[in-house]
Amino acid sequence: MSGPSTYQPQSGFAKWMERRLPVLGLMHSSFVVFPNPRNLNYWWTFGGILAIFLVIQLVTGIVLAMHYTPHVDFAFNSVEHIMRNVNYGWMLRYLHANGASMFFLAVYIHIFRGLYYGSYKEPREILWILGMIIFLLMMATAFMGYVLPWGQMSFWAATVITNLFTAIPLVGESVTQWLWGGFAVDNPTLNRFYSLHYLLPFAIAGVVMLHIWALHVVGSNNPTGISVKSSQDTLPFHPYFTMKDGFAAVLFLILFAALVFYAPNFLVEPVNYIPANPLQTPPHIVPEWYFLPFYAILRAIPDKLGGVIAMFASIFVLFILPWLDTSKVRSAKYRPLYRQFFWVLVVVCLILGYLGAKPAEGGYIIAARIFTAYYFLHFLVILPVLGLVEKPKERPPSISEAVLAKTKSKGGDAQASAAAQ
Amino acid sequence: MAHSKTSEPTRRDFLYIATGSVAAVGAAAAVWPLIDQMNPDASVLALSSIEIDLSPIAVGQAVTAKWRGKPIFIRRRTEEEIKAAADTPLEDLPDPEPDSARVKKAEWLVMIGICTHLGCVPKGQGIGDARGDWNGWFCPCHGSHYDTSGRIRKGPAPRNLVVPDYAFVEDTTVKIG
Repeated sequence: MSGPSTYQPQSGFAKWMERRLPVLGLMHSSFVVFPNPRNLNYWWTFGGILAIFLVIQLVTGIVLAMHYTPHVDFAFNSVEHIMRNVNYGWMLRYLHANGASMFFLAVYIHIFRGLYYGSYKEPREILWILGMIIFLLMMATAFMGYVLPWGQMSFWAATVITNLFTAIPLVGESVTQWLWGGFAVDNPTLNRFYSLHYLLPFAIAGVVMLHIWALHVVGSNNPTGISVKSSQDTLPFHPYFTMKDGFAAVLFLILFAALVFYAPNFLVEPVNYIPANPLQTPPHIVPEWYFLPFYAILRAIPDKLGGVIAMFASIFVLFILPWLDTSKVRSAKYRPLYRQFFWVLVVVCLILGYLGAKPAEGGYIIAARIFTAYYFLHFLVILPVLGLVEKPKERPPSISEAVLAKTKSKGGDAQASAAAQ
Repeated sequence: MAHSKTSEPTRRDFLYIATGSVAAVGAAAAVWPLIDQMNPDASVLALSSIEIDLSPIAVGQAVTAKWRGKPIFIRRRTEEEIKAAADTPLEDLPDPEPDSARVKKAEWLVMIGICTHLGCVPKGQGIGDARGDWNGWFCPCHGSHYDTSGRIRKGPAPRNLVVPDYAFVEDTTVKIG
């Protein structure tokens, strides 16, 4: 994690250590003196918030694993045992379950911030792709975690999602039986999901390290999208951004605490408190809220294989986004047309989420088809064309001049109003 | 890795490629048990057949049994249901299959009760269940309709409900698997 290495070990131990393993110097250059663009706004605090939530999920998950039993006959009861008997078990489980929701909320804000300010563009393509890999791993981890309580929704979510693989021509059936370890979702499936649910967060942590490494090679993007030109444009990470990230994290954690302590089941399907029954499908299957837009895309296509392809393509299209957007201008601030299309995309994603929660019939299906088509249109047609036809606004020559111009105009207004009084 | 200036391969080139090949085969052989362990194990495969007594089932009734963790739908069909299934022209079917090919005795329809779309259990076994537009089964997850022969008629499911391997061991006993 490159950066200016100005670290001077003070204590005897630090000097001894630094000669052998320069880990203190690495921390110092990465999280103390690391130069960040001085104009970062609060949308840039979600990277830090995500790191906090990864730790929260790991810690609560590891202790929950001490009380949970991954067996079809005991899983549901062991979760109730955690809720009723284990000291603070109710709190740990609610933290873990709602923590997943907050994790996804933060990651969606983080991704849309990247879309708005063009953070995926040259030279941050690898940084962006690593982020997308983290997003995929998060989805796999959350899905398998949702199966573990072995309620009705756990079981049928596992059934519907693993059945996606039966859509693969020729080998679909054998691949799916291999995933299940049987002829249906059953004890072997629960067992392996538990193993992988424990493993994948550590894989996420590994990719997060690469993500931060890539970030520290190219540096953070910023609201103007203009590259850092001189030390005038930056401020050290500590105390300026540790404080800003810390403040935003506290606000976000208040929202988290409100959910955990006042509405812990707000986001949970009540039917998941009924033990899994392989012979009876609940009348209305819905995934967790953070998968709803993708679920809407899956159901919008009337063909089984087509629906599965469309759903995976909706995520894959984000991987190739750096090469679909033909505009050299990063920030939507200076792209008058893109800025409007960005907000249309946000609304379309929210509507797809709404449609994913509705039954797949009548007008809902037609609407889901229209908005699915628009989703792909945005990435595959609008973005490439926009870069060629859009006339960007004039950009300031540097970050520091943009910042100074802003404070000057504010100061001018203040003087003018003072004079008027 | 050409070590000689001539185009003739040397003994060293041969050894280099041979070593690499052995390592690749060895790695693949070592990975296979790690993959294969996830396939259905011996205890799962051992539960491969069940016998069901059909004598208590009245005409028009349906029962659900469990085989290999999956629901098995058995319906003793009425005359009208058999007729409706048999009279359907094959060109009306997304997955054309005559009713006669799906039953051993016209009265008894035996199927795996799993929607061929994404694996939900269709409605239609219980009294008062929604049976769909063709009076067979209806999958509530994504809206697939099946007829009285368990054939897909409308909705996203690509195939008819699967008929398992089964045989009548006696007149009123069926063995599945």
